[in-house]
Amino acid sequence: MSQPSVRNAVIIGGNRIPFARSNTAYVNASNQDMFTAALEGLVARFGLQGQRLGAVAGGAVLKHSKDFNLVRESVLGSSLDPATPAYDVQMACATGMEAIGSLANKIKLGQIESGIGGGVDTTSDAPIAVSESLRGILLELSRARSTKAKLAALAKIRPSHLAPSAPGTGEPRTGLSMGDHQALTTKAWNITREAQDELALASHLNLAAAYDRGFFNDLLTPFKGLSRDNNLRADSTLEKLAKLKPAFGKNLGEAATMTAGNSTPLTDGASTVLLGSEEFAAAHDLPMLANFVDFEAAAVDFVHGAEGLLMAPAYATARLLERNNLALQDFDFYEIHEAFAGTVLATLAAWEDETFCREKLGLDAPLGAIDRGKLNVNGSSLAAGHPFAATGGRIIASTAKMLAEKGSGRALVSVCAAGGQGVVAIVEARK
Amino acid sequence: MADKYMELVNTGMTKKLAKLLGLPRPPRLRRYGETTPLLPGPVLVLGSSARAQELSDTLMGWDLDVRRHDAGDAKLGGLVLLLDELTHPEQLSPLMLAAGAALRKLVPGARVVSISRPALDTDAPALAAVRQGIDGAMRSLGREMRGGATANGIVLTEGTDLLSPGTLGALRFFFSGRSAYVDGQFLTVRSTDGELPADFHKPLAGKVAVVTGAARGIGASIARTLARDGAQLVVVDMPAAGEALAAVANQIGATTLQLDVTAKDAAQQIMDHAIGRHGSLDIVVHNAGITRDKLLANMDAARWDSVIAVNIASQLRMNEAFLAAKLPGLRVVSLASTSGIAGNRGQTNYAASKGGVIGMVRSSAKLFAEQGGSIAAVAPGFIETEMTAKIPLGTRTVARMVLPSLMQGGLPQDVAEAISFLSSDAAAGLNGQVLRVCGQSLVGA
Repeated sequence: MSQPSVRNAVIIGGNRIPFARSNTAYVNASNQDMFTAALEGLVARFGLQGQRLGAVAGGAVLKHSKDFNLVRESVLGSSLDPATPAYDVQMACATGMEAIGSLANKIKLGQIESGIGGGVDTTSDAPIAVSESLRGILLELSRARSTKAKLAALAKIRPSHLAPSAPGTGEPRTGLSMGDHQALTTKAWNITREAQDELALASHLNLAAAYDRGFFNDLLTPFKGLSRDNNLRADSTLEKLAKLKPAFGKNLGEAATMTAGNSTPLTDGASTVLLGSEEFAAAHDLPMLANFVDFEAAAVDFVHGAEGLLMAPAYATARLLERNNLALQDFDFYEIHEAFAGTVLATLAAWEDETFCREKLGLDAPLGAIDRGKLNVNGSSLAAGHPFAATGGRIIASTAKMLAEKGSGRALVSVCAAGGQGVVAIVEARK
Repeated sequence: MADKYMELVNTGMTKKLAKLLGLPRPPRLRRYGETTPLLPGPVLVLGSSARAQELSDTLMGWDLDVRRHDAGDAKLGGLVLLLDELTHPEQLSPLMLAAGAALRKLVPGARVVSISRPALDTDAPALAAVRQGIDGAMRSLGREMRGGATANGIVLTEGTDLLSPGTLGALRFFFSGRSAYVDGQFLTVRSTDGELPADFHKPLAGKVAVVTGAARGIGASIARTLARDGAQLVVVDMPAAGEALAAVANQIGATTLQLDVTAKDAAQQIMDHAIGRHGSLDIVVHNAGITRDKLLANMDAARWDSVIAVNIASQLRMNEAFLAAKLPGLRVVSLASTSGIAGNRGQTNYAASKGGVIGMVRSSAKLFAEQGGSIAAVAPGFIETEMTAKIPLGTRTVARMVLPSLMQGGLPQDVAEAISFLSSDAAAGLNGQVLRVCGQSLVGA
């Protein structure tokens, strides 16, 4: 609807593996194993064996340098035609969204007919780096020519250097963890513990109900014995959630509201989405679930405290709505990634806040409230888990199916990311 | 075959030892391959029924060496007994004795096929006697065959003859390695319907086939075999079996449909997928099935009901929907079991469901024929799968080796070959057939 001069990019379908809490079912699976498995399930669902697609794009947030061609290697290990090009994308938790959005753009421009976008992440099989000082010594060793110089370099190694440096979700410029950042935002917007726990509970109940009605039968392929996300707690209650102790923002004392229950756990998983032109889908007798209409990225200055780390989607949404001449209320589904319950609630509060919308977004009036009954109706990351780069693909595929089931309407998808970034997208039912 | 015993008794020193001790030596079966000959030697056609010469000419067109009389061959690959015009048991003698004389010349993997007429209640006593007598004689001959050779029969109902498509299709199936584990069985040609394929190695070319329970075992083998025979496959299994299902699909260029066959809309989902994605639905193989064994005295509702729901109720519901959709020429093949015929201790629920399949198939034949289609069932005996590998070794050895004429368990492939044949257009005239693939076992397994 936004650019009548370009053709539609169609979401044909998706496939992901169930998401697994860190160090559980996928403890021995690498990023490549998981992304290949997700690809293979997609290939099988849509009969893409031996086909050369326009491109496969995806990535991982926690990625070892040896995996520089992670997606291409996954394609080579799949049943796709090995002549299918592939490239890695990395934009923190928005990796999947950026990969899918860029493929959609290529399809719209007629550069490619088809593509698979997605992402993968593991915190179980995460790369572990050596300490910076040891790395320096080892590099010096590799440069040394003489035995004496080599010994001299080796002699510098101290036991303390051997402590590995594991990747974390800490922000390099502030040293704060993502959760501690969000805790500041949550407090700033006066989001209560109860509201966060209610959102978390809804996520679990909605996801469980979606599984029970078979919603994921054609969106998911089991992996390593898992056929549902193992973070899902279908029997969760507000009472159980209320008992959990704060996990983030502990220095806020009584004002600390963020727990392991209303924050996403570290998760392993992979997702893929098949996109194509209408011609491609028709030629291969493939379904057309929805159109990928448009997407927008934003970034905020969280380093100097001007904005909360995960608030960029609020900004991206305002720009995306304006470009597409839509109001925030013109949607049938809102898929707002639940990095933390506080992230979703702070974003909704900001859109309703006149001062924020005027001063930060430059709008005359607030974007306003949404119908909460349209929010994350089949559950989101609090229940499913959040394998960073895989979340975008999970949401886009599910959203497209929801629109196809409804047969009409429009969805807003929002994913926040580390580094103060975020990507939002509009997905629309096929007419 | 991964059976150590068979390896031992058929090779080298241990073969001699096994012979000396008189141990049962299960033969290697002659199985189908696109480049292997239809029969391992010349075929002798005994008997002088109407159209016998035309039949011989047809067989020659299949690149077979055909003999109408004993031509002094040292070795024979096949023997066809034309018994369809006999009217009294006294007439059996010359043909059966001539067959007996030819038996010694049969090479390993040879085939004996009789062609006869069914014994009916309305037949004159002597006529019914000879016809029923052939049934007994052929089943006994099956037990006398050696070296993986088999004896089976084709029964021609009124209106059909030696040249009917069903007759030729059945004859070719019995000759071929596709029938390796079928022994002592009869295929009944009920009509002149059907059509032989343009290419006997791609009998399912252009067909869209759905196989349920296709993630592993017999179902995966059926999917692979139907794909090998030219069909475009849709493979179906429970959502939880999706990983293995995807692997099967990606081997054979199929599409996956993760679906519980007991879902109310299972048939609709299958039709939507097959027709939407591949243009038609020509073949459905109801393979999905479960066992929940318990002696009836210890049976609970969960075990009984789940077996009935998956193994028979789902098929009844889906067939009803397929018939209502009037899919032209739809061929359905169901998995029955010899348990449903002979019974099996601990399997009252399973046998009820599998006996149910047999009843359903026989009763549905007319309904499918009205739409140009057909329905059939295959009843496997002891098949070597992950499931049967769990049976204790002693019981397993007895079941696979001592009781069937072929002295071994069958392979999933053997079941798949029979299903592929029954789902082909050549088998249209065999509508309503229940075929055992059991190596001529005495019991259900």
